Amino acid sequence: MNEPTRENRLVGRLLGPEGPELSCERCFEELDRYVELELAGSDADAAIPGMRAHLEGCSACAEDHESLRALVEQGSS
Amino acid sequence: MVTAVAEPAPVADRMDPDSRRWLDRLGAHGRERDAALAELRELLLRAARFEVQKRCAVLSQIRGGDQEDLAQQSAGDAMVAVLSKLDDFRGESKFTTWAYKFALYEAAAKIRKLAWQGREVPLEAEEWPQVRDPGLAPQGEVEMNDLLAAIRQEIDARLTPRQREVLVALALNEVPIDVLAERMDTTRGALYKVLHDARQSLRAALAKRGLDPEQQQTEESP
Repeated sequence: MNEPTRENRLVGRLLGPEGPELSCERCFEELDRYVELELAGSDADAAIPGMRAHLEGCSACAEDHESLRALVEQGSS
Repeated sequence: MVTAVAEPAPVADRMDPDSRRWLDRLGAHGRERDAALAELRELLLRAARFEVQKRCAVLSQIRGGDQEDLAQQSAGDAMVAVLSKLDDFRGESKFTTWAYKFALYEAAAKIRKLAWQGREVPLEAEEWPQVRDPGLAPQGEVEMNDLLAAIRQEIDARLTPRQREVLVALALNEVPIDVLAERMDTTRGALYKVLHDARQSLRAALAKRGLDPEQQQTEESP
């Protein structure tokens, strides 16, 4: 798959993800469970619908997700 | 919740033994609780330092001593948050993973705000890009220009002044949401709701024009 262009990233930020998504509050509530499901190889997106879309639409929550996943991964390695 | 996503089902008591021990010790009295609080503080400090080091690697204005202060402040604020929300811990993850997220959140938000300290937060469109992307085929470039022009028109026509300010600041000018929330005296969640509603309005307006952003041509030039 090609890397998105600068303009595509801008359109992505302006229009956000398609479909239902969690709020920032619900994202924070579910983030620990989502990360553990991901690291366990489970279908985290099926278990927590709307999380993936929110992480695509909210860069701050996406950064929190990335950090928590990296920290937990580091602790378990 | 921003849009309709089903609430999770009630959780059975499936807490792992280590997490149960954390809760028992934090709910105890005397030395046992003091020891648990000290361990929790260390745990949160480890997470805060992790976040501070990661972010400060690309932020030269936050120096070594300030980084440690930032980590300590973040751990302290996270400690208050964790202890006030202990009853919310449902055992769906390990206690340590649950606690880490508070420290990471505090540290990340503080660093975003520090990085924007003293800077004006632009609420008006500073500059709309002119598509001259060598990665786009000529037809894709035309279509992208049309799409961006349509979005720009609909931002002016459809959005409320508040939606316009929030969308432009966050999506076009890339102001961090924590920074904008602080300047507008609101929360990340409240701002994201405004952003979400603005995006939905724009998507609906584009659909009326027969434009489908997902179908936008992005193929690379040979």
